[in-house]
Amino acid sequence: MPADVFEPGIKSARLEPAAYETHFEDLHPPLDDHEALVAADRCYFCHDAPCITACPTDIDIPLFIRQIATGTPDAAAKTILTQNIMGGMCARVCPTETLCEEVCVREVAEGKPVLIGQLQRYATDHLQRQGTHPFVRSASTGKTVAVVGAGPAGLSCAHRLAMHGHDVVVMDAAPKPGGLNEYGIAAYKTPNQFAQAEVAWLLQIGGIEIRHETALGKDMTLAALREGFDAVFLATGLGGVNALGIDGDDKEGVTDAVDFIAELRQASDLAQVPIGRDVVVIGGGMTAVDAAVQAKLLGALNVTLVYRRGRDRMNASVFEQDLAASKGVRIVTHAVPTAMHGNGAVREIEFEYVDNQMRGTGQTLRLPADQIFRAIGQTLKGDDLPDLEGRKIKVASAGQTSLQGVWAGGDCASGGDDLTVTAVAEGRDAAEDMHNTLMGDDG
Amino acid sequence: MADLTSNFLGITSPNPFWLASAPPTDKEYNVRRAFEAGWGGVVWKTLGSEGPPVVNVNGPRYGAIYGADRRLLGLNNIELITDRDLYTNLEEIKRVKADYPDRAIIVSIMVPCEEGAWKAILPLVEETGADGIELNFGCPHGMSERGMGAAVGQVPEYIEMVTRWCKQYYSKPVIVKLTPNITDVRKPAAAAKAGGADAVSLINTINSITSVNLDTMSPEPSIDGKGSHGGYCGPAVKPIAMSMVSEIARNPETHGLPISGIGGITTWRDAAEFITLGCGNVQVCTAAMTYGFKIVQEMISGLSEWMDEKGHTSIDDFCGAAVPNVTDWQYLNLNYVAKAKIDQELCISCGRCFAACEDTSHQAIAMSNDRTFTVIDEECVACNLCVNVCPVEDCITMEAMRPGETDPRTGDVVQPEYANWTTHPNNPAAKAAE
Repeated sequence: MPADVFEPGIKSARLEPAAYETHFEDLHPPLDDHEALVAADRCYFCHDAPCITACPTDIDIPLFIRQIATGTPDAAAKTILTQNIMGGMCARVCPTETLCEEVCVREVAEGKPVLIGQLQRYATDHLQRQGTHPFVRSASTGKTVAVVGAGPAGLSCAHRLAMHGHDVVVMDAAPKPGGLNEYGIAAYKTPNQFAQAEVAWLLQIGGIEIRHETALGKDMTLAALREGFDAVFLATGLGGVNALGIDGDDKEGVTDAVDFIAELRQASDLAQVPIGRDVVVIGGGMTAVDAAVQAKLLGALNVTLVYRRGRDRMNASVFEQDLAASKGVRIVTHAVPTAMHGNGAVREIEFEYVDNQMRGTGQTLRLPADQIFRAIGQTLKGDDLPDLEGRKIKVASAGQTSLQGVWAGGDCASGGDDLTVTAVAEGRDAAEDMHNTLMGDDG
Repeated sequence: MADLTSNFLGITSPNPFWLASAPPTDKEYNVRRAFEAGWGGVVWKTLGSEGPPVVNVNGPRYGAIYGADRRLLGLNNIELITDRDLYTNLEEIKRVKADYPDRAIIVSIMVPCEEGAWKAILPLVEETGADGIELNFGCPHGMSERGMGAAVGQVPEYIEMVTRWCKQYYSKPVIVKLTPNITDVRKPAAAAKAGGADAVSLINTINSITSVNLDTMSPEPSIDGKGSHGGYCGPAVKPIAMSMVSEIARNPETHGLPISGIGGITTWRDAAEFITLGCGNVQVCTAAMTYGFKIVQEMISGLSEWMDEKGHTSIDDFCGAAVPNVTDWQYLNLNYVAKAKIDQELCISCGRCFAACEDTSHQAIAMSNDRTFTVIDEECVACNLCVNVCPVEDCITMEAMRPGETDPRTGDVVQPEYANWTTHPNNPAAKAAE
């Protein structure tokens, strides 16, 4: 063990150089041909299968698995991608343990589901490796659509619109496309620049222009988009991060987990990403786990994930919790932060234990902390948006907002879980509704 | 994308996948579901003569054998022809055909071997607008005891006679469905052709008992303690069916006679194989009964993808492509020499190849103390058993030796020329080499 792991403070290069590659390699190595056949063979081809119902994008899972089993993985990929154009990314990041695989009849009967996520990856990788695109663009309709946000919802919407023959301009505040696929997901879930490769593959449909570093409210207004395009799709995601609202929240060393993850994802050399010796992550969702696990993988000596409720209430799945534990992350529950201590830079964080009703117990806990990540949820940022419902853009079933000609989907819109796969479904469904509306105008 | 449109005897359907005459095609309800699922056509479950319909048993009609993980490999049944009224069936056929003009509907018929019986039913069938008829000369249980089904199919003269009646009293294509429960399938096929049949379809089911209950000593499926042989079908019968199909396809007497292939077709690949052996289309039953009608989607996508990959634009492009390569044993090239090769990267060291070769074959695989398995070329006769028992795809392959190389087993140099048994010196009936 290199001595650097014991040094306090936020430091880069805590590990031997070779350790980074092994620490951040693929969480689930891809199935080889034989493994894929063995896994596919377990599928019963259930009627009206529970896995399809559980999939937010309604992929015909038994069919694509049978297509793998019969030696036609490209046909399988087409079955997947017809429903979910980002089936490759979803195969990597979907919490399958709480979606398709949770309801697989073999999970229910034997505790061992068919490896749906990994089979999906096998098929989509097989097709995308060849660089071909299985969908063809319809003749141009002459309609133009603005899509705000190049994340899963925006790109899914853009692809479906382009397929129907519309011309799409996607605007994104970031320098690269992909949204959270590129900036917000743990590196070990999508190694080898997969997010960028998938976007490049998706854009092969044609008819999609991406304008980077173009932010709504800064570089253009919603009114101008409504004026300049036949329709608008808002898929901005959630730009703001909830604050802790306690003393010391502004101390050096206290940052947002999403920023840490984005920095790590964009780093060309992981050894150069600085990390604390004693890291505390506050939150109980996927972002909290992604931050905690990656802090550990970067060489933090002690990583504690602190959540205010019980494990059963965590948004992170049991699989994710177990993953964190297996990497050495300590999970503390029923504790809320009350104060941060330190002279300039944070040194310690103080918690109070709470009961199931979130009532303070008077019992406290102090943890050494030279780096603290906030991961207690994100909020919609922006003015001049369509009507909200709660803290998100209010949408009808197919993403229609309160403004005519404006649809919304993904994390910025109400309804649905904040998952990649849900965003893809919402983008796709909004695109179909926009297409019907746009073409109905002519009829 | 490949065009899967099938034209069989002038009957078009959007794909070559038809449902065979069987329980899945007994009623309007099922057939409509099948067409909605994408099947190209159906052969309606066999109609009998006007009058009180047959009755079925009121206990189990099916028995099965399984592979690992309870995968259904073979099914047998003792169900009879339709047990519903003739006119009910005819009305349903007419209605469904009118609603699905692009799909093929063939009506299977089985009536007694009397000209009057056929003369009576054929105009009624003609009136439905169905695309053709299939003569059920194959059903091996129940009906055969009454002088119909397989009892006709086992007598070529009857086949020819009835086929001739049908061509006389019916204007559309006549397909003769053959039973495999005979010695030489070429004879009934030739009889069908002589009678004027437009095509043959095969195979119908094979006489079978799937299991015996060791507590009650009753064969399964068991009806009140007794069992009767049923008709066997499903993936297990595919090799038998393909052999019979190929025999008809390559027999000069019947070569070119259209064939509708039946027998264990479960995947696109099975269908493609039957088509290469000379089938113009295929009929499916057990796969649908096991997995539901949706199974056709995989057959459609798979066949289409394979055709694209091979550059085939229509079914005709590869129909019969394998027929010239089906030959008699005596014409196989005895100068062809292969050796097994084990890919050590893929090998998982289970030792099944060793057990098979050491115990039951040629002692041509060596096993080291660290469980490395290698082929001993000096002993290997390339029998293929190790390939067949290996659990890993492509781990063991058969590699052909090149002419000029010396076979370490025989010490002979591999000859480039083709030479078969008919000219082999060990053959007492060998023709003198020129």
